Amino acid sequence: MLGVSVLVFGFLHMIPGDAVDHLAGGEATPEQREAIETCLGMKGSLRVQYVRFLGHVFDGTLGHQCPDPEQKPTVAARIAEVYPHTVALALAGLVVAVVFALPLGIAAALRRGSWFDTLAAVGALSGIAFPMMLLGPLLLLWFFVDLGWFPGPFETGAAALVLPAIAVGTHLMAMLARMTRSSMVEVLSEDYLRTARAKGLSERVVVWKHALRNAVLPVITVAGLQFGGVLSGAIIIEKVFARPGIGLLLLDGIAERNYPVVQGCVLVIAASYVLVNIVVDIAYGVVDPRIRRA
Amino acid sequence: MSEFRPGRWSPSVRIGASMLIVFVVLGVLGPLIAPEGVGAHAVNLDRMFAPRSWSHWLGTDKSGIDTLSQLLHGARSALLLSVIVVSISATIGVSIGMVAGYFRGAVDDVIMRIVDVLLAFPGLLLNIAIVAVVAKPGLPIFVVALCANGWVGYARIARGQVLSLRERDYVAAARAIGASHASVMFRHIAPNLLAPLLVQMTLGFGNVIAVEASLSFLGLGPQVDHTWGAMLDQGTTFLWKPGFRHYALAAGLSIAWVVLGANLLGDGLRDRLDPRQRGRV
Repeated sequence: MLGVSVLVFGFLHMIPGDAVDHLAGGEATPEQREAIETCLGMKGSLRVQYVRFLGHVFDGTLGHQCPDPEQKPTVAARIAEVYPHTVALALAGLVVAVVFALPLGIAAALRRGSWFDTLAAVGALSGIAFPMMLLGPLLLLWFFVDLGWFPGPFETGAAALVLPAIAVGTHLMAMLARMTRSSMVEVLSEDYLRTARAKGLSERVVVWKHALRNAVLPVITVAGLQFGGVLSGAIIIEKVFARPGIGLLLLDGIAERNYPVVQGCVLVIAASYVLVNIVVDIAYGVVDPRIRRA
Repeated sequence: MSEFRPGRWSPSVRIGASMLIVFVVLGVLGPLIAPEGVGAHAVNLDRMFAPRSWSHWLGTDKSGIDTLSQLLHGARSALLLSVIVVSISATIGVSIGMVAGYFRGAVDDVIMRIVDVLLAFPGLLLNIAIVAVVAKPGLPIFVVALCANGWVGYARIARGQVLSLRERDYVAAARAIGASHASVMFRHIAPNLLAPLLVQMTLGFGNVIAVEASLSFLGLGPQVDHTWGAMLDQGTTFLWKPGFRHYALAAGLSIAWVVLGANLLGDGLRDRLDPRQRGRV
């Protein structure tokens, strides 16, 4: 976690001097320039700057915006305002991915070699390859412009979540469907399934009770670990749908050269990612006793 | 691997390789066979958003530039960029990974810690952060941004392989007859890394194209003449324009073509070169 903070700090402090020029405008007095430098936290040695940066992290403000540190809300406040939208989008994307991927993968594994299996494999590969920044607009075009089924850009309600969630989740869905299939195929050939069949259990019980649980577990883990990918996707999709969120805030910050905002956004996204990974690790131990003992 | 016969390559490898060959050929020839130029001189505001026609197979864009020509120039950019990024990432990653795996100890610990930190960071976010702090994004910084976390995958693979290879008898034999560390690493260990690296490079190839497209789409692209990502950006902006959907589709499908080809080839090669991994993702 500390490593991530050093990384964030390190990259964002390679800010070239012309950032100050940019914010100050052409005819800034030396005093104005200095005020901006102070505001951007560019004063003092690198170590002093890093300590100050950490201080902003721990006092919960994530720093102030420049060049008017007093007037606007703190960076943390701006992030807190939009962050729930991003979390909702990422979670919805995750749900879309898992809900569609599991049945697809399982069905493909059970009918291995059939036309359905082939179709699912082709679909999954296309889903992985098709760029989501095209999928998003196409969904918007079909379901908002042409059909009018779902609300369009700038909205944040539950109905407005549907299209962005599909756009965010498709890539992961394709990956997970392939994983589910191969994991299921592997489990179906295990000895304990032959045992289960041998003792006369019906095929339904064998598949749904014995095979499924073992096959799905690794898939769920990967889904959790792919949360970072979903967050990255959310940045793109928020731009496509002009949907308020941390990704859009980040892009705005970059466009305005508002470095404290950029820094804060990057840190928050990275921190969420690390946090989710830790939670998934722990959850996996709880669900699968074999891991705990190891 | 004596049973290396062309006839035994899986359809996945053959289809993937063919798709990539088409891309490479178009990437090399693209700007030469493009019907028109795409630079500032090609801007022609009299024919903005021209529909598809015999003179412009895919119409023109908002500046009146021929779409097909842009696609072909974009293929060149994409090819150039992925070759540069993959070669640099692979070189750096393999060197670092080999050193870590070969010498173990403190060197290994430090390197793997760095790898862990980079892996704990969403990849695209890191790329965005690097490109964003530079006032004038250009090709060099773009390459740096993609290599900054691109090397990690190669380093992990190289390290893992070297860890097991260094315990082999032939390495001990080479050491015993007085070969230096460098000689052992490059002459005896490095050749054995080629197969897994080939797989990783193929997959990395597609990945670079996808990330480039994402960054260009976000307005953080390499700023070379024409990229598919930048075309997607323009295409989606004007997607509502009647008769202009094919512009975004053309760019998007080009990206999908390369990524699909690279994935097919990479997966197929992995199954072929490392049968233990067969069926896993």
